[in-house]
Amino acid sequence: MSDTAQQPPTAPRADVIHDIGYRHYEGPRLGRSYATRSLYTLSLRGSFGLGRSVKSKILPMALLAVICLPALIIVAVTVYTKLSKYPDTASYPNYLSIMQFVIAVFVAAQAPVALSRDLRFMTLPLYFSRPLTSRDYVQAKFGAMASAVFVLTGLPMLIMWIGSMLASMDFGYNLEHFGYGLVAAAFYSLLYAGIGLVISSVTPRRGFGVAAIIAVLLISEAVAGIIYAVLDVHGHSSGAGWALVISPSSLVATTVDWLFGLSGRGNIHVPSDLGGFVFLAEILLVAAASYGLLVRRYRKI
Amino acid sequence: MNMTVARLTVRGLLGRRRGLLLLAVPALLLVLSVVIRAAVGQDESTTVNILGTLALGTLVPLLGLIAGTGAIGPEIDDGSIIYLLAKPLPRWKIIITKLVVAIGCTVVFAAVPTYLAGVILFGNFENLALAYGIGALIAGVAYSSIFLLFGVITRHAVVVGLMYSLLWESIVGNFVSGAKTLSVQQWALSVARKIADPGVVSSSVHLPTAVPLLIVVTLGATAFAAVRLSRLTLASEE
Repeated sequence: MSDTAQQPPTAPRADVIHDIGYRHYEGPRLGRSYATRSLYTLSLRGSFGLGRSVKSKILPMALLAVICLPALIIVAVTVYTKLSKYPDTASYPNYLSIMQFVIAVFVAAQAPVALSRDLRFMTLPLYFSRPLTSRDYVQAKFGAMASAVFVLTGLPMLIMWIGSMLASMDFGYNLEHFGYGLVAAAFYSLLYAGIGLVISSVTPRRGFGVAAIIAVLLISEAVAGIIYAVLDVHGHSSGAGWALVISPSSLVATTVDWLFGLSGRGNIHVPSDLGGFVFLAEILLVAAASYGLLVRRYRKI
Repeated sequence: MNMTVARLTVRGLLGRRRGLLLLAVPALLLVLSVVIRAAVGQDESTTVNILGTLALGTLVPLLGLIAGTGAIGPEIDDGSIIYLLAKPLPRWKIIITKLVVAIGCTVVFAAVPTYLAGVILFGNFENLALAYGIGALIAGVAYSSIFLLFGVITRHAVVVGLMYSLLWESIVGNFVSGAKTLSVQQWALSVARKIADPGVVSSSVHLPTAVPLLIVVTLGATAFAAVRLSRLTLASEE
């Protein structure tokens, strides 16, 4: 090996790939975008266990059921008691903020499925030997995870909206709030998918990824709750809202309430109009930053 | 107890910076306690709030989850447990050793920091810090054994354990008060209530119910884990 390297550059190159007579591929080459799309579809299906074994369907499907069932019950109760609209505490965006722990568990369980196994079984070099670049890989995986969370959060919204039409409630009001719910769902999917994927891109072991994601989400939630309560009790109720910057779920819930002037749940709301802008910017920044971190993480593989 | 298994388990749990990452959790609790003590001074309701919701409600289950499932889960996951099972060592000894390591982790990373946070926030008055420290210790033991069992029987141990501690103990417990009878957190709180001065800590389970349940659940989960480990089938990656 060393003596070939010392050959003068004018000598004919010795490293030739010989054509040993296999038949060539002459079909269409579908290219990068096709590969990215395929990876996106595969990952999106994979995060619900579709196309995988029955055992890996159990968990995501159970979580999907857990987030949809209460919505069905709310629809049923509202129809049965002939209410003219859903109760405020559980209508579209508020419903998601009550059920946010399901979103957290889903992300913790499925984000490592999307990334960690590719790291552990060394399948990444296989991906990158195709036209796919590392940026395409990140794009497909981020898109798939965010879409999966959006399906998870959007489905109960859709159930409530369809239920409202079946019960012939006020169409305009429900359409408007269905829209708010979808905006909240989009925020949840961007924020949670970003956090989950960044953490699981660091570890090749699924178990540690799950534990780390859930630890980050739960602890930030609990710490924000404590700081909020302490500030609120001791008379800084205007400043207390700033404690929510470290809690992903309250961040989304309060920002959506502020954007659309909703009453929200209880007295938890953005500290001020400035706070609203900051919260909104933070959601978008965290999502963008986690995408950037992922691109950086996969650049050197 | 087998020292080699214990050493390997500790290394699996805490090796390669994982110990430092785990240390961040109690460090956060202590820093928060110092900040809050400096900001609002000595306050009973704040202390009960922090120790109850953050320490006993979040950190202890979380550490129990990480230590209990982490002691055996990754080994079963990547199949390297067969090298351990192939040794002439009774399976129950492996379980006991891993349980001891997991409990040790929850003591170091959850129970002691809970006690220290209590001392920082409220001093030694009304036995509050001690009560929550002992409560965290007991909850840590029970959680470790339950989650070790989950680690043996399912590949989604962390998620199943999480659904128990989030869904059952928090959400269902808030709506159906009967669910609290079967909550490790409430059992630990009932012990804490006994230790602290009357009327400081509240729990929805009485001590005569809690203690037998704690013992039965801890021993039962450990025994069942040993039985399941003795007929373990290794599944391939899904």
